[in-house]
Amino acid sequence: MQTTKSHPKSLFPVSTHYCAGCGHGIAHRLIAEALDELGVQDRTIGVAPVGCAVLMYNYIDVDTIEAAHGRAPATATGLKRVRPDCIVFTYQGDGDLAAIGTAEIIHAANRGEHFTTIFLNNAIYGMTGGQMAPTTLVDQKTETTPYGRKPSNEGFPIKACEMLATLDAPYYIERVSVATPAKIRRAKKAIFKAFNYQVEERGFTFVEVISTCPTNWGMSPPDAMKWSVEHMEKVFPLGVFRDKGAEKDRTETGADK
Amino acid sequence: MKQLMTGNDAMAEAAIQAGCRYYFGYPITPQNEFTAYMARRMPQVGGVFIQSESEIAAINMVMGAAAAGGRAMTSSSSPGISLKQEGISYIAGDQLPAVILNVMRGGPGLGNIAPAQGDYFQATRGGGHGDYRCIVLAPSTVQEGTELIQDAFDLADKYRNPVLILSDGRMGQMMEPVEFKPRPKAEMPPKDYILTGKKGRERRIIRSLYLKEPELEAWNKIIQEKLMKIEENEVRYETRMVEDADLVLIGYGTCARNSKEAMRTLREKGRKVGVFRPITLWPFPYTALSEVVKKARAALVVEMSAGQMVEDVYLAVKDTRPIFFYGRMGGQVPSATEIVQKAEKIFTEKL
Repeated sequence: MQTTKSHPKSLFPVSTHYCAGCGHGIAHRLIAEALDELGVQDRTIGVAPVGCAVLMYNYIDVDTIEAAHGRAPATATGLKRVRPDCIVFTYQGDGDLAAIGTAEIIHAANRGEHFTTIFLNNAIYGMTGGQMAPTTLVDQKTETTPYGRKPSNEGFPIKACEMLATLDAPYYIERVSVATPAKIRRAKKAIFKAFNYQVEERGFTFVEVISTCPTNWGMSPPDAMKWSVEHMEKVFPLGVFRDKGAEKDRTETGADK
Repeated sequence: MKQLMTGNDAMAEAAIQAGCRYYFGYPITPQNEFTAYMARRMPQVGGVFIQSESEIAAINMVMGAAAAGGRAMTSSSSPGISLKQEGISYIAGDQLPAVILNVMRGGPGLGNIAPAQGDYFQATRGGGHGDYRCIVLAPSTVQEGTELIQDAFDLADKYRNPVLILSDGRMGQMMEPVEFKPRPKAEMPPKDYILTGKKGRERRIIRSLYLKEPELEAWNKIIQEKLMKIEENEVRYETRMVEDADLVLIGYGTCARNSKEAMRTLREKGRKVGVFRPITLWPFPYTALSEVVKKARAALVVEMSAGQMVEDVYLAVKDTRPIFFYGRMGGQVPSATEIVQKAEKIFTEKL
């Protein structure tokens, strides 16, 4: 009998501390699978965020450093500039990347730093207990928007992919979801592509993963998955926002002509 | 061969000669020449220069570069150093090496761009959150600045600890003859903690998060034991004519220069005056200072602040001798004449 799927080598065979129905575990596995398939586990450095995923190194078996809240892209810049042969990635949540670390992600992307950012967007602060995130939806209730997010007071959800796609330097930007098996397969392709582009030394790559936080959303895991599809994807449409590799291929094959 | 250089330029060149190949910085006066020098020189030596989006980003780039094994530094001036405190705390908590130059200016707040020494507390007490200390070096000439910044990289690597250099707007901008002396390469402990990918070894984690209290306390104890070693081994100071002194002038950096000049004038007048100059502000030379002041009748602390180092002088001298203070703020530099006047007043009215 042939083995079609096994536990990724880059992922420790342990159960995680993440809540049932949380997207972190799925995203971790997809990263581990991509590192395995590219054969780069031994030369990869991860940058762990502040938040639930700070313990990422308990699950993903690579050299890792913790960054201060929001600073992962700056820390990754230092790492990659010293070790251009290493595969460097940051793993960041929505508060980390789109609130306290907005400057760091925009400027790392704008410099075209040769690392990969995996951005988990679950529209809420998880670790601190369910406060409003920069990506919290309008009218969404959180600990700090108990009456729902009101644009007149809190503004609108920030769209990281769209914002970064205004910059010239980023090589690859895609938004995916982990809410259904089909979406997970699509997410896997995107994460693999991002790391593969880094292996090929193409430039800055960014994958936003629409994720879930059943605990702080106050939903069952299936309801959370459903809510992310029905509500989050309306505000954060899935898709490719930049793929210079594909543009290059089209030009080379004459598909644009 | 001696060259005439500003403090900022000379210290930047010295950092390059010390093997610094990763520089990250954000413009702020009066340290801009340092950053500009690095922008010119780094490409010539195959190094990396990044003008970061903020001082916060710069110090976190330093942290990443240090974690990857690079000799990295950043520079700034007082308000920018405040922004870096978050990163400095993480670097100390991670036990990573880093060199940070503060070309101090007037404060608080935006203050002004004139020389000042109001960042002494921030520099010597940790500066950011948590229990840690930076090694703090205070040059008083451009030549010494070039030597101390080279020592700073070795100290940072030796102890895996951030090292701060306190310069000021005057030290940074003034020109003095400088000679870059070839230095013997110091023996450094192996960098067995750096991140390179786990090929051929156990994977490594660089972190300051220890959720279990006993683990975090144990990690803190390791840091504290290291700091005690630094206190034992790295104290530096200079004395001038303290053997027979009735009054000891105590100042660092720019204030030490002017105190020495005041001492010469006072000696010519027959006043027995000496100078004690701390070179390491942390670890502070408590014992040496205490012994020197005990032999004299009084001490006069001179600072470009409302009185910050004077607290360390109290900790050293306690109530054994009277301690006087003369300070200027707002970017004003205590002149030798002012120091002489203050000393004369002490001689005639207090001693």
